[in-house]
Amino acid sequence: MIVFDKPKCLKDAPMHYCPGCAHGLVHRIVAQAVDELDIQDKTIGVAPVGCAVFAYNYFDVDMVEASHGRAPAVATGVKRADPSRIVFAYQGDGDLASIGMTETVHTAARGENLTVIFINNAIYGMTGGQMAPTSLPGQITQTSPYGRDVNTVGYPVKVCELLATLEAPYYIERVAVNSVKNVRRAEKAIRKAFQNQIEGKGYSFVEVVAACPTNWKMKPVDANRWVEEQMIPYYPLGVFKDKDEQK
Amino acid sequence: MGKITFDSDLCKGCGLCVEACPKGLIFIDTGTLNQKGYHPAATAEDAPCIGCAFCAMMCPDCVIKVEK
Ligand SMILES: Cc1ncc(C[n+]2csc(CCOP(=O)(O)OP(=O)(O)O)c2C)c(N)n1
Ligand code: SF4
Repeated sequence: MIVFDKPKCLKDAPMHYCPGCAHGLVHRIVAQAVDELDIQDKTIGVAPVGCAVFAYNYFDVDMVEASHGRAPAVATGVKRADPSRIVFAYQGDGDLASIGMTETVHTAARGENLTVIFINNAIYGMTGGQMAPTSLPGQITQTSPYGRDVNTVGYPVKVCELLATLEAPYYIERVAVNSVKNVRRAEKAIRKAFQNQIEGKGYSFVEVVAACPTNWKMKPVDANRWVEEQMIPYYPLGVFKDKDEQK
Repeated sequence: MGKITFDSDLCKGCGLCVEACPKGLIFIDTGTLNQKGYHPAATAEDAPCIGCAFCAMMCPDCVIKVEK
């Protein structure tokens, strides 16, 4: 009996991500959710600009490539043009919380019936490790060589907490993928975020606290430890909004 | 009794599966180079795998297939 195999919604193409990069793992979780919910034929993904820019080479569903930060706007258009489709945006923190913050907030504020998967790795991966809006206080990056100075550049943005202040979003949860236990929770959350859309419940947002070993300049195992010890204390895991619970 | 098989040429040797296996059955095979030039993860032929799939769950590249 097969206990675990590659989801059928992932193509055979080898992924270009660095060794130990969380993007591949989150791709697997998203693909598995699509498989389990049997929605491969009607799913449309929107890829970001960032390391996941080639996501369309990996997901075996229809995909659109959005310009930087615009994935939720593009996803809104796709979903409104054909509401029978299941539409998800997949975005990094530079894409979603910096250049795309406007689209992120207004898509949530409108309560679009979409699924947004947000990879928070506290850095700009693709461009070589610049500081992101989510980089931690004191975090050393290419553009904060002495550590993020909150007195000049401010504090990291907690996107789940911010979006949870809005009326319209249906479901907002933060998960991580640095351990088996956290991966299990992430699988459940991402599946729910798709299930909500199928049931027409509205905007569902899952933030995944994730490692970028290359730009953190750490071995993958150490990077996952850093997620546990540094990132999760600043970005607590959990459900920030779930209208299922309010009924 | 479980069994794991690796699609070794997709492996990037990140070692997350090594860390995840509760039985410590996986190692990075430094004597081998795969098509990509990485030392891939491997396990002994007769490893007493329990089929928990923790290794596969942590693998970012879907390298591992688990049977039970
Ligand atoms: C309009 C525009 N501005 C800037 C860039 C350069 N750029 C490419 S990816 C990126 C940020 C990527 O970081 P993130 O979204 O966190 O994704 P990651 O690579 O970490 O997954 C930036 C600034 C661009 N491609 N287009
Ligand atoms: S640079 Fe970072 S986010 Fe990009 S593929 Fe490498 S590990 Fe992943």
